[in-house]
Amino acid sequence: MVNNHIASAFDRDLDKIQAQIMKMGGLVETAIRDAATAYELRDLDLAAKVRANDKTIDQIEETINDECSKLIALRAPTAIDLRLVLSVFKVSSNLERIGDYAKNMAKRTIVLEGLANSHDRRLGLKRLAREVELMLKDALDAYVNRDLDLARDVIARDMDIDQMYNALFREFLTYMMEDPRNITPCMHLHFMAKNLERMGDHVTTIAEQVVFLVTGQRDEDERDKGDMTSSDPEMSKTSKG
Amino acid sequence: MAQISIDRLVLGTPLPTLLLQRHDGLDTIRNANALARDIFGTEIVDKPLFKVLRDAQIFDMLDRVFDTQTNQTCRFQRDVARSTMYYDATAIWMGPDQAVVQFTDLTDLETANQMRRDFVSNVSHELKTPLAALMGFIETLLGPARPDPVAQERFLKIMNQEAQRMNRLVSDLLSLSRVEETQRMRPTKTVCLNDILTSSLEVLQPTAQTNNVQITTQGLDQRVCILGDWDQLVQVFVNLMENAIKYGGPDNTVVLTLVGSVYEQTLRKTCAIVRVKDHGPGIDAVHLPRLAERFYRVDDHRDRKTGGTGLGLAIVKHIATRHRGRMVVQSQRGQGAEFSIILPLAAEINGELVSSS
Ligand SMILES: Nc1ncnc2c1ncn2[C@@H]1O[C@H](COP(=O)(O)OP(=O)(O)O)[C@@H](O)[C@H]1O
Ligand SMILES: [Mg+2]
Repeated sequence: MVNNHIASAFDRDLDKIQAQIMKMGGLVETAIRDAATAYELRDLDLAAKVRANDKTIDQIEETINDECSKLIALRAPTAIDLRLVLSVFKVSSNLERIGDYAKNMAKRTIVLEGLANSHDRRLGLKRLAREVELMLKDALDAYVNRDLDLARDVIARDMDIDQMYNALFREFLTYMMEDPRNITPCMHLHFMAKNLERMGDHVTTIAEQVVFLVTGQRDEDERDKGDMTSSDPEMSKTSKG
Repeated sequence: MAQISIDRLVLGTPLPTLLLQRHDGLDTIRNANALARDIFGTEIVDKPLFKVLRDAQIFDMLDRVFDTQTNQTCRFQRDVARSTMYYDATAIWMGPDQAVVQFTDLTDLETANQMRRDFVSNVSHELKTPLAALMGFIETLLGPARPDPVAQERFLKIMNQEAQRMNRLVSDLLSLSRVEETQRMRPTKTVCLNDILTSSLEVLQPTAQTNNVQITTQGLDQRVCILGDWDQLVQVFVNLMENAIKYGGPDNTVVLTLVGSVYEQTLRKTCAIVRVKDHGPGIDAVHLPRLAERFYRVDDHRDRKTGGTGLGLAIVKHIATRHRGRMVVQSQRGQGAEFSIILPLAAEINGELVSSS
């Protein structure tokens, strides 16, 4: 009787935290979508909104961390329960990173507006952003429903993201070689593509958490990175914060 | 209101509707009508809301509803099988721990907006490229190339090409919008496909000669009549044969076939078929479904020299549709391409049998 009571109180606390995670996930999905739309439509107000909303995302992450710490301290969960709580930490920190990348895209959109670029065809990046957004949606669905198949599907799709990123990278490179005046704007476009590619990696980590939660193990085969450029976007280059 | 009446109200509402129960800060779906279950899944009753939908706007809206004890609305979107559905969500405060949420589907409106945005962004891109080139050359002509007649001649030639490119684009856009305007008006004049094809051939003869392409015809000696718009149909066959010449490559043959009357299963009508077949490199299967999309070009045809606008087949398809017909493409890599236009015969459109010979 007593045990049962403790278990269900733990479940309830955990549910509340998971509700927060899903809210955060929803906000991050919106951030990706809005960052892509702001870029597509040159909507600087929307870009500014993405930047502002990132603070809310950070706040929720803090709340989640606090709640999780409290939960561990108060209820001293063991084994499976502990695994659950730890996965929450992991998911929220990955979501927070994805939010940062979306914010960075929004910043670059604003910077790009001041630069002339003859090759600014906005559909390629938009398509990549859409793929990442859908991947995140599926990862979060998989997390909430403990859906192993969907999680593995998400992990496999990271390769497509890498390929789309590589194609964009080559495209931007061509433009830069064509005309030196394209270099600055195309560097920004490249970093935006790179932001999206990195988001894909974080989404994959979330999906890997699902695999870990359901099976208790990590999937063996190493992820194929498929990234031929290996340069990390310096998020700070457009000034941080 | 008694709980039973609330439940009956939820179930009977002609909009997707959820009844939520808030307990200890967590919202649970207490009831859902069939329309809501169509959207969110059949087994959503008694699940926590966050497991069913994940949207910060909705969560915030619900917080506002319970905090202020008022009704609230927000926008809500949701991806289903890769396509996005858009809703207006309205939450009605039903008491300290209950709220009803209703959804109005705005997807059609939003999709139309999205299509318009894509179109505008494509058009501006397509126009900007030649315009940027023109401006660049003008700058050079006014500056460094001013004293250089050889460079001037070369630049003017390129400028001429770019200007023609813009001109083609603008006239294709105008054709497309004209076809769209007439989309819902059935053609009323009787026209004969054999005459139309003969006329289209005359238009194309010079292009064929320049490219050393031989056009052979089959079946043009029979009289095949439909209800149609002469100019639009000429445009269809000119576009198709132009593509066959252009993409089939030089020193090749194009076969133009007119089939008088076949019963078409898909249209359930007796139809005429016009086939344009080339012997060029063909089209990879992955591209086939998208060929008639506006601005769609197979990647290796994107370069400037072939000079297409990517609107030709979009126009063809629209005109075929206006004539209650269809366009069918058959192709394989290395096997050439065959475009067929299937058009219901005059007698069939009127719904009565008239001999057309
Ligand atoms: N006969 C053909 N053989 C190979 N490719 C073709 C043929 N006809 C059309 N295509 C492909 O379909 C694309 C769309 O054709 P169209 O709408 O007429 O645009 P455009 O000719 O202006 O590029 C072309 O760019 C070309 O890549
Ligand atoms: Mg064409």
